[in-house]
Amino acid sequence: MDQTSQLKNAIEVKNLNFFYGKFQGLKNVSMNIAERKVTAFIGPSGCGKSTLLRTLNRMYSLYPGQRAEGEINFYGQNILDKSQDLNLLRARVGMVFQKPTPFPMTIYDNIAFGVRLYETLSESEMDERVEWALSKAALWTEVKDKLGQNGLSLSGGQQQRLCIARSVAVKPSVLLLDEPTSALDPISTGKVEELVNELKSDYTIAIVTHNMQQAARVSDFTAYMYLGELIEFGETEQIFFKPKMTATEDYITGRFG
Amino acid sequence: MPDKHLSSQFDAELNQISTNVMEIGGLVESQIRQAIYALSNFNLDVANDVLVTENRVNALEIEIDREIASVISRRQPTARDLRLLLAMSKTTANLERVGDEAAKIARMVKSIIDGVAPRALPSSDLRVSGELASGLLRKALDSFARLDVPTAVAILREDDLIDQEFDGFVRKLITYMMEDPRTISASLDLLFIAKAIERIGDHSKNIAEFIIYIVKGEDVRHTPLADIEAAMNINN
Repeated sequence: MDQTSQLKNAIEVKNLNFFYGKFQGLKNVSMNIAERKVTAFIGPSGCGKSTLLRTLNRMYSLYPGQRAEGEINFYGQNILDKSQDLNLLRARVGMVFQKPTPFPMTIYDNIAFGVRLYETLSESEMDERVEWALSKAALWTEVKDKLGQNGLSLSGGQQQRLCIARSVAVKPSVLLLDEPTSALDPISTGKVEELVNELKSDYTIAIVTHNMQQAARVSDFTAYMYLGELIEFGETEQIFFKPKMTATEDYITGRFG
Repeated sequence: MPDKHLSSQFDAELNQISTNVMEIGGLVESQIRQAIYALSNFNLDVANDVLVTENRVNALEIEIDREIASVISRRQPTARDLRLLLAMSKTTANLERVGDEAAKIARMVKSIIDGVAPRALPSSDLRVSGELASGLLRKALDSFARLDVPTAVAILREDDLIDQEFDGFVRKLITYMMEDPRTISASLDLLFIAKAIERIGDHSKNIAEFIIYIVKGEDVRHTPLADIEAAMNINN
């Protein structure tokens, strides 16, 4: 479980338990998320992988009755502390969802909106930031001539990359991707995967995916979860070639059932 | 561990490939036995049978690799499934080489039959080592079918025996050649046959190493036997 120990950790999860009211969604999960690496979470529906991802920027705090116990240390600071500023946390730990969720505004404003919440930039600085974020998300060349168009006019794949650009624009240190390609066609999926590979030189990325081959393709580390427990966590190559746990092997070879 | 995949078609495809690997194994095993028989009895017909079988072996090799490529491209196998497919491909290549060695022996037997060289050489020694080699191959195929690691380790040990037989035989041939230079030509024929038999032992050893690779996920090629034995005991 200490494959990440030589690397710097962006996030250290310790003895994390999570409850949806009385139902326990995560059971004593401990793991490290290495800085500037891609960590993938796989497992069958209901295994807790999205729940775990949603604890990493406290997205669950939006819902009453959901609570987390334990520690999530983000560069040494326990984000489960009551004193944690949630807006600040979500600026530093960005999230992209399964379905593209562009704001009903122009492509330009989709990017600028979040930036304005945290920074005061001049017009030219903002222009630069928008171009930078769209370029990071490999979308700039496709939209540079139609920045005034509504974000919803883009294709699904472009919308998803717009959402990634929006997250990147506020310069977070961690990106959480919750099944970012499950609603996309193979070409768009390939572009997002390529993007993940490029973004990891600057960002720490955690990705939840139902597509095991996607986890195998894009991630450096893979966590296999089942019924709220972390069953096995290790380097992706090891998990997919020679998993230590029989339960992991059964799942990744399609013997689960 | 449930041994069945969610997809029964996937199971059927893997089983089909295994069946074909076993079939090619059976074919080359019979090729060796025939080649040794042809050698012991200087039987031209049986030597020719070995060469006929070679075509079937070559066709099966291509068929097996086609099936493996198809499964890899369509199913993206992982972990044990992936190791099994890689090992089956390599095992097939080794078996085809065994078939080549048997054909080499058969061709050599034919040239001895056609030749005028004296036959009073220690060819019965070759029958013994030939039977050792075909026995070892049979064992390798059996333990491949059962994914039996202890037997695979035993095969690695037994291949050393065949190598020793080969060294002994070479020394014996040298003695013959020194005593009577007229035996040199025929002795060289026998030397090539002995070398072919020795190679069959090596291929069986390779197959045994693939069995360990499939089951344990350890690549034990080019590893000293003592280290392999130690590692297998720890992992058992």
